[in-house]
Amino acid sequence: MTVAVFFGCTFIAFGPAVALFVFTIARDPLRVIFLIAGAFFWLVSLLLSSLVWFITVQISNKNSATQQTGLLIFGVVLSVLLQETFRYGYYRLLKKANEGLLALSQEDTMPISIRQLAYVSGLGFGFMSGAFSVVNILSDSLGPGTVGIHGDSQHYFISSAFMTLAIILLHMFWGVVFFESCERQRWWALGAVVLSHLVVSCVTFVNPHYQGSLIPTYIILSVMAAWAYLCAGGSLRNLKLCLTCKDKDFLLANHRPR
Amino acid sequence: MMRMKNSSRVAGVAVIVSKTGLADNFSPHTTCPNQNTGVYSENYGPDLANCNVTVWNPFGNGLSYEDFAFPVFALKDENQTQVIRKCYEDHNQRVNGSAPKYPLCAMQLFSHMHAVTDTVTCMRRTDLQNRFSINPEVLCDPLSDFNVWTSTRPLNNSAKGHAADESVVIAATRLDGRSFFWEQAPAAEGTVSGIVTLLAAIQALYPVTQEAPPTRNIFFSFFQGEAFDYIGSSKMVYDMKRNDFVIDLDNVHSMLEIGQVGLHSGRSLWMHSDPISRQNKSVDTEVLEMMDRMRSAAAGLKLTVDHPSVSQPLPPSSFQRFLRERQIPGLVLTDHNTSFINRYYESMYDDAENLNVTYPPGLTPDEQLVYETDAAKSLAEVATLVARSLYVQAGGNESNLNNITADPKTVAQLLYGFVIQKNNSWFRSLLPPEVTKKGVNSILSSGPPQFYIGLGPRVHGPAHSVTRFVQYILANLTGSVTNLTESQCQNPSELSTENKDLFSYFWVSGPASVNSTSEPFCVRASVRLSKAVSPAFELLEYGSRNYSTWTESRWKSIRARIFLVASRELEMLTLGVGVAVLLLSLLVTYFISSKAELLFSSARETPTTTY
Repeated sequence: MTVAVFFGCTFIAFGPAVALFVFTIARDPLRVIFLIAGAFFWLVSLLLSSLVWFITVQISNKNSATQQTGLLIFGVVLSVLLQETFRYGYYRLLKKANEGLLALSQEDTMPISIRQLAYVSGLGFGFMSGAFSVVNILSDSLGPGTVGIHGDSQHYFISSAFMTLAIILLHMFWGVVFFESCERQRWWALGAVVLSHLVVSCVTFVNPHYQGSLIPTYIILSVMAAWAYLCAGGSLRNLKLCLTCKDKDFLLANHRPR
Repeated sequence: MMRMKNSSRVAGVAVIVSKTGLADNFSPHTTCPNQNTGVYSENYGPDLANCNVTVWNPFGNGLSYEDFAFPVFALKDENQTQVIRKCYEDHNQRVNGSAPKYPLCAMQLFSHMHAVTDTVTCMRRTDLQNRFSINPEVLCDPLSDFNVWTSTRPLNNSAKGHAADESVVIAATRLDGRSFFWEQAPAAEGTVSGIVTLLAAIQALYPVTQEAPPTRNIFFSFFQGEAFDYIGSSKMVYDMKRNDFVIDLDNVHSMLEIGQVGLHSGRSLWMHSDPISRQNKSVDTEVLEMMDRMRSAAAGLKLTVDHPSVSQPLPPSSFQRFLRERQIPGLVLTDHNTSFINRYYESMYDDAENLNVTYPPGLTPDEQLVYETDAAKSLAEVATLVARSLYVQAGGNESNLNNITADPKTVAQLLYGFVIQKNNSWFRSLLPPEVTKKGVNSILSSGPPQFYIGLGPRVHGPAHSVTRFVQYILANLTGSVTNLTESQCQNPSELSTENKDLFSYFWVSGPASVNSTSEPFCVRASVRLSKAVSPAFELLEYGSRNYSTWTESRWKSIRARIFLVASRELEMLTLGVGVAVLLLSLLVTYFISSKAELLFSSARETPTTTY
């Protein structure tokens, strides 16, 4: 719509991701490297799924609307499955790399734990996914007009920005849960992650009824946030202590003299 | 338009051009065309200057000469107009008397012009650019094109200055028109009537002047740029003065100009003369003799010609520029006695309908091409009158007059080509083969030709279409076919039998029939082009009062688009929400990362709690 909407939507979509990057990742070069590698893996998965999509579209009947919609659904499902496959592939790679890193480094503890790697890789996936979702829309929002001359809803820009925000955070949470479940061999958790990813992607098919797609997405976001928090080692007690600011006593209490 | 000009709330105007509901008269030109560059001024006929005696264009509202600070676009495509109307009706209409709600339909017009203020300013800036910049950016270009001239006896083109033993009668008309919008100038009554009449007169005269040549040479000239303060005629007079033209002012015996002659049907034609120069006895005698000759030439035809009863100045005409230099006897032939009969002078509505050129329904284009409308027949009469008068004026024998008759079929073809459709089989046969091939910039696109002068071949695409048409039509009507090959046609100086100084050589397509394609051939004719750019630009007097100083600005792309615009509040709300989300996430992340040890501690408890 104008520069105001451009900046507004950029901040909405990338605000939390940038905040996370600035405060937790930017200082440690190793984390930055793994973040970018994660983004690259997501990009490769997108490349493969778009290749398949392109080929199927070319050989399909371009005039049939139902076939095109069916192809779109197929494309989305395939892309989700490919992304999760590449997440698993990244996990295997990181396991191998970690052993190598340990052999090379001077210290005997690992410079970066698998939990931190889960978080960083999930955020990497999220950054790239968010960029591809929303950058086109942002560049269109710079012009003087808004969506709607053909009858579409004029809340398109802001809904897309909120959706992107949710997706980036979701990727991060999925990364944490995924790696944790791979470590603990809990395959049902893995399946739940893939399923929730499919649900979030497929619920966007009800657009332009943006309430229908945003509300389920945010519900899934909160559920995954809680799950990831628990996987990362948090608990309700820690949260309560943190929020009521009794942390000083707790830490002091924990450091017993040996 | 004037109300919108003065309003501060108008950012642009899109004019829907349609023929329904056409006003009774509309002329965006001034009421007194070219009043500052004619012959009448404080020094010459001050009581006749500035249309004190006769207002030539009474319906003129001067719109073309107003300075609008916003773009004005003309929309001719019905489909585009429909889209705009639909967008307005869907979003911008008042509902039950209350203002329409956002989002509203908006339109953006792009027509950035590089030149500002006036010619002096933009030419000064262009000169600065040319002098000091490595990559000079031209801001505006002077209007320029070419005049077309020919003569019954060929003139040596390389001998400039006074031509010995030549006494010349000039027959002139204008080649251009204009309207409020750029390059939209059908100019049917204003210009085409004169062009067609003079071309038909040339065709009628030519065989007789070859068999029984008159004593004087007849010099036919089509002046380009007359709508913009007489660009072509002032340039020709300037060249004549400086001995830079094949003849000079001493060679000129008299002049006959064809003005607007299209709407005379049933009425009479009028011969205008200049009362100031007629105060000189010799000039007056010659003018009276000219008028007598015209009256007697008209006697055998179904026309009457007369001199206006009131003593009034000349109408706006190229003859006035000649009078500025020398008091030459001359007449201007028009269909109006005092003010113009043309109610749409220099506007986009001066088209075939205004000239009464209509065809019965159901004719194919080729049939329409040769169908003789009433307008064609009446213009043929005028052409016969002009041709006979010129012959007698040039000292020809009156017994040959009955052989001089304009061909109504030629007039019909010319009219069809100049006001209905320029891409017709006759025009295609006259033009060179590379023009008739289909291309984007071809001068043979569909529809009637537009008579706006433009910027000349160097700046603006291929040569101006109307100039080329007149040149090649003249070559066809007055030239002779030679059997030169194409390369010989381009370089005839190598052959001893051909003379490049006296003639021009044109390689033309030739008629195409249904079964076969055309066979090109070489035509030799004494038709020439002479540059028509205002002397002010050669003298570098950009603020000249004597010569035309019209320029056209350069621009970037010209386009328009429509879209919906959201309310300012919604935009600011989005920005506010974005900033809030960013700040909130920064705060929360800082909080979480500083308490990370505590929040995620339960994972570390198990390995480290050893006592």
